[in-house]
Amino acid sequence: MSLTLPAQTLACHECDLLQTEPALAPGQTARCVRCGALLARNPPDSLDRTLALTLTAAILYVIANAWPLVGLDMQGRRVEVTLIGAVQALWSEGMTPVAALVFGTALLFPLLELAMILVVLIPLRLGRVSPRMAPFFRLVRSVQPWGMVEVFLLGMLVSLVKLSHMATVLLGPAFWAMAALILTVTLAGRAFDSRLLWQAPPAGAGA
Amino acid sequence: MSGVMPAGGRLTAREAGLASCHVCGQLARHVAHRALRCPRCRAPLHLRKPASVSTTWALIVASAILFVPANLLPMMTTSSLLGTQRDTIMSGVVFLWRSGSWPLAAVVFFASIVVPLLKILALAWLTASVQRRSRRRLMQRTRLYRLVEFVGRWSMLDIYVITLLVALVNFRGIATIEAGPAAIAFGAVVVLTMFAAMTFDPRLIWDPLAGPDDLARHD
Ligand SMILES: [Zn+2]
Ligand SMILES: [Zn+2]
Repeated sequence: MSLTLPAQTLACHECDLLQTEPALAPGQTARCVRCGALLARNPPDSLDRTLALTLTAAILYVIANAWPLVGLDMQGRRVEVTLIGAVQALWSEGMTPVAALVFGTALLFPLLELAMILVVLIPLRLGRVSPRMAPFFRLVRSVQPWGMVEVFLLGMLVSLVKLSHMATVLLGPAFWAMAALILTVTLAGRAFDSRLLWQAPPAGAGA
Repeated sequence: MSGVMPAGGRLTAREAGLASCHVCGQLARHVAHRALRCPRCRAPLHLRKPASVSTTWALIVASAILFVPANLLPMMTTSSLLGTQRDTIMSGVVFLWRSGSWPLAAVVFFASIVVPLLKILALAWLTASVQRRSRRRLMQRTRLYRLVEFVGRWSMLDIYVITLLVALVNFRGIATIEAGPAAIAFGAVVVLTMFAAMTFDPRLIWDPLAGPDDLARHD
């Protein structure tokens, strides 16, 4: 079969229908004609915005992990926990599988995601497009579903409500940093256009 | 939103003998019985996720089994001056409800009981309907799959609540909280159902619309 495809042909990842991708104006999205799946987006100024937001998120990630998240004051006795401290408490209790799960989903995978996005985007911003970046982007894609910082934040709120009847609840700087981290990561995800990675290097960027 | 024109009538990539890369979307000619890699990003290429139906079934059955101890065994043990109290997921919800924080009780009930149950049942129905090559309710089933994929992560909520309670309530002699065996079973349910949603291939829902020659050509 000698089927020649137009350059802009793509297959829907949810229903496999072949269709042509229209030229998208900034801010426009293309959806599958059959199942409505999101096929492509053209966020304006994608590279710069994603990079700025991801760098901000990296700083917030450091704050969210270095300072205490929440604390408890019970008749003058005070307990404060960091994210890693909470994982350690669970680990030392013998709950190793659960501690590992929390470590991965709240700490390691979000870190990997941020680091890999920077590894891919910084060279791209400097005009260096290399096929060696592809495995890093594949790693971003595989860790993304496992980063669950926003669920962790809701978990914190639930546990604080549970404890509010027996002690005074304290919110640490890391709590607010984590809330801001979730916001910036969401915005970075919206600003990111993965097609940037696979297109030819931008004009004037050098060969 | 702008419209997209179908190319070559209503042909799927599979019918055209093409595999689309799950990472970068690149289309590449598919050769049967050959391990292929994407020419653009080197990711392994498949027409459909390999062994999707059987893997998804195995993961659904495993999570359904583990869902039982996750709900029956204690999730946490609270030791205080008043004595020792064991809580299951459900009694934790009841506690929140009774203490007046009913919105949070609803959130925890939804995330810990409704979502895992919905995921197990929805994925079982989707996989069974794909196996029957059902041509009905294609759009509804696709939407259900998107919903399952989207809400799945929120069932991790109770695992995080336990983690923080254990770390925070550590006042020797006054009150301590320990995680119970249900936490391990529940964590496993969340992870297994997430894997099940990932191994299920939504394109299988639409495949019966393609001609029977499509069936004969590939596995
Ligand atoms: Zn589609
Ligand atoms: Zn690829």
